[in-house]
Parts: sequence; C-alpha cells; structure tokens
Amino acid sequence: MNTLKEAKEAVIEDFSMYDEWLDKYEYLIDLGKKLDAYPEEAKTDDKLIKGCQSRVWLDWSLSGSRLYFRADSDAIITKGIISLLIGVYSGRTSAEIVGDDFSFIDEIGLKENLSPTRSNGLASMIATIRGVAAQNV
Amino acid sequence: MDVAEIKQLFPSLKQTVYGRPLVYLDNAATSLRPQSVIDKWNEMATKKNANIHRAVHRLAVEATEEYESTRDAVREFLNAEYREEIIFTSGTTASINLLAFCFGEAFIQPGDEILIAESEHHSDIVPWQMMCQRKGAVIRTIPVDGNGHLDLQRLRENLTKKTKLTCLAEISNVLGLKNPVKDIVKICHSVGCLVFIDGAQGVVHSAPDVRATSCDFYAFSGHKIYAASGTGVLYGRRALLEQMPPYMGGGEMIATVSFEKTTYAPLPGKFEAGTQNINAVPTLKAALELARAFRCPEVEDEQRRIIDFVIGELSADPRITLYGRPVDPAEKVPIFSFTVRGAHHEDLALILDKQGVAVRSGQMCAEPLMDRYGVTGMVRASFAAYNTLDEARTFIGALRKAIEMLS
Repeated sequence: MNTLKEAKEAVIEDFSMYDEWLDKYEYLIDLGKKLDAYPEEAKTDDKLIKGCQSRVWLDWSLSGSRLYFRADSDAIITKGIISLLIGVYSGRTSAEIVGDDFSFIDEIGLKENLSPTRSNGLASMIATIRGVAAQNV
Repeated sequence: MDVAEIKQLFPSLKQTVYGRPLVYLDNAATSLRPQSVIDKWNEMATKKNANIHRAVHRLAVEATEEYESTRDAVREFLNAEYREEIIFTSGTTASINLLAFCFGEAFIQPGDEILIAESEHHSDIVPWQMMCQRKGAVIRTIPVDGNGHLDLQRLRENLTKKTKLTCLAEISNVLGLKNPVKDIVKICHSVGCLVFIDGAQGVVHSAPDVRATSCDFYAFSGHKIYAASGTGVLYGRRALLEQMPPYMGGGEMIATVSFEKTTYAPLPGKFEAGTQNINAVPTLKAALELARAFRCPEVEDEQRRIIDFVIGELSADPRITLYGRPVDPAEKVPIFSFTVRGAHHEDLALILDKQGVAVRSGQMCAEPLMDRYGVTGMVRASFAAYNTLDEARTFIGALRKAIEMLS
C-alpha cells in the first residue's frame, strides 16, 4: 500500500490534468459511479452524516490499528468526493488520520467550490472521518 | 423599458462566473440589487446617517423624511388605506413572527384553529406552530393537488367556527402558481375567518392590492424585490393592528414610561421598537419605483415567452417532472421547480453552476410540500424582470448537459 502522502499526491496529480471545472466534475462523477457498492441494510440513521443536502452514509471498521471506511450517497458528485476521501484515508491508522491536516482538499480546489455553506457536507464528511479516528487512537 | 435596458441597471449582471456570463436564476431566494438601490444605500450611509424621529437636527430630519416617505410609497404600492397600516420589519419571516405572536395574544383562545396551506414556506408554518403551542391552538392544513393547486373544497371543509386565521402564500416559492387569493379571502370571510397573505413571491410577480383582495394581513421582503436585505413589511388592517399588543418593548414603541406603568405609542410605532434599519429602509422606495416600471408590456411579453419556452422544454423530457403545472397559462409565474429521474437535485445544481447558471436545489424551505410529492428535494430556476429568453435557452442547454453527464 502507498503512503498517505503518496495517496494525496496522486489525487492532486489526477485533478491537475483538468483545467475546466466541468471536466473535474466529470471525473468526480466517474469516481462516484465506481465506488464499491454499499449494503442497503447499513443505510441506518446512525451512519447518516448531518449537514448534507444529499444523504451520505459513512460506515467504518477497525482491523488491527487500521481504519476502513465504506460510504454511499444518493448524489453522485457527493459520492465521488467520498470515494476520493475513502481512497486516501481508508486503511490508514487512526494516528495517521488524526495527524493529517486534510489540506489536499484545498490544493485540488474542492474546498472553495464545495464549502460547507453550500451544505453539501464535505466539511461534515471530514469531521466524521476525523471523529472516528480520534475515538480510536 | 425593454429587458436589455433593465439588465443595465443591475451591476451584478456584468460579472462572469467560471469565465462564463452569469445567468442568475435564483431570484425567488433573493433578487439582485439595481444601481438606484445601491446609490440610495450609499446616500443614507454617507449623507443622511442619523437616527430617526427624535432628534431635531438637520440629518435626523432628512433621515426621518426618507424613512417615512418610504412608508407612504409602500402604502401606495400595496394600495393600503392608511400609512399606519404599514409596519417595517427585517423581512417576511420577521413579519410573520410578529403577526403570529401579537395575533395569538389578541385573538387566540385554547382550542382555536389556524388553517395553513400545505405548500407554505417554513416561515409561514413554524411561527404559527410556536404560537399554537403557546396558546393551546390547533393547526389544520389546506392540501394541494398533483398539479400544485390548493384544494378549495378541503378549505371549505376545514373552515370551522374555531378557525381564526387562514395563512397562505400569494404564490408558492416552489410551485410558482398564483393562488386564487381573492376567492379564498371571500370563502374565509364568509365564515368570519381572517386571512394572512405571504407576499414574499407575490409582491414580485403580481400587482398586490390589499384592498382589492380584502386580505387582513400581508407581508413581503425587500430583498426579493430589488431592495436592500434586512428590509420588509407587515401590512395589517388598522382596526386589527390596534387591538394587538406590541411585539418587542423598547425605544420608539412607547408613549410614556414609568416603573409603575408604560403606555404604548400609536400605530405604526407600537410595532417598531428599537432603532430600525434606517440606512436600508429607504432603498425600498427606490426598488418599488423600479418594480412598478417593470410592469410594462416589454417585460410581461418576455416573461410570457420564458414561461412558454421553459414549460415546453421541461415537459418534453420524460425524465423531468415539473411541479406547479398551470391549468390556465396566466396563473404561472417564471418559478420552475422540477426533479430529474436518475439525477440528484444537488448534482444538477452543481453542474449548472459550473456552466454559469445559478439555481437553487434542496427542499426550498418547504419540507411538507417535498413530502407531499415524495421527493427529498428539487431544482428551482426562478426568473426576474432582468432575465431574458436567451438566458432561459442557456439554462435549458446547461440542464441538458448536466443530465447527460449524470446519466
């Protein structure tokens, strides 16, 4: 497995290939479509992330010291963003996640376009991932 | 005044977003501000900044004159009988909260009923719920049918001797249909029930006339009709307002104050406690002047062309469901809420945004209506007098592109 740093750099590199915003969204839609299927029975209220215009479910498990995430959303772009977060943070140790500043989101320009004020919940998703990691350090 | 000329009055429209000209179709949320409103705002802040009514100095007199002449302008715009029937608030929500509280205190007994349209904005639901909880009153609803029309038969059935007030929007912020307010007022008044009209959208798309409709209360926000945000109006029939106790206590709403007993100012001051939005309220006069000028054949024709075009395009795609479908074309205003099968409203709005088209997505502050139609949200494109048929074409093209990307 690549390191957290490498995984983030790979995402930044992927995004840098697109100049046009529409193309970046096309890429996110594609990521969303490819996200691993999430079981219907795990779409419970306790896994629902608050503060999103679309519904987002995030589930996690601990294997040894590593955290594994799976998630789903009824909106495809949100699903693409989750896929991106899971791709970077799933399989990392809690300590790694807690110690990370999530600044790669800024670098790919998603934060300004997907701010919490737009209620799409990127900030809520990050807070949930961080919260889970903090519980398990 | 043609639409190209009108566009020139709004500096925001000279912007580009993501390198594309801004197509602003979120007017039902808030309109853009014309230069005359911005100028008035500046003038108030730079030349006429003084507190109103009390001081005798020059600036205070000028500020008071600006503020009170705006009240006259609003009275005329709504065709109210008396200037003291016009209460300034911070917007429609504030107006309804004031009304719900004071109406409840004056007129509601335990067991009384309030009738509210199912299509109402949360701001015309929650203040009534709060009041009903406080006073032990009950809320009943007027349902809407599949096309978005209020069920007048159910209105008649749900009106009882206990119904003290019916609350409904002149035009729903989701459905964009002109409700038959005149008929509804007649039905309600025939059994002694009073009527409040939420004019937040209606004030923009119809020519409100509180005496012609005979409504008892009416509210609107300045920011949806080109004025500064934080301005708004509550209209109430004088005889009713006089019977209602004040809402907030403090400066301006008093006649005399002592620790033993305070007496209240007459209307409208009774309901305007504390320093008002003195810099912004006068922009309402400038905005209403423009709104009146926009009621001209050029704008009406363009709006009609937009309505026909957008309804035609949205109806032609079997994946799209439009909510608020007119039976009579004249009842539709250019507010279009819809869902697209297989595409989430948020995704659609995000991709429209990247093409320079600003729309709203989500529940539009009308969760009961979303439940009624069994959806988690909708996309809404809402047009104002400065929007053109060309922009409607850009919107439809961008929507097609978004649907294509998402399917």
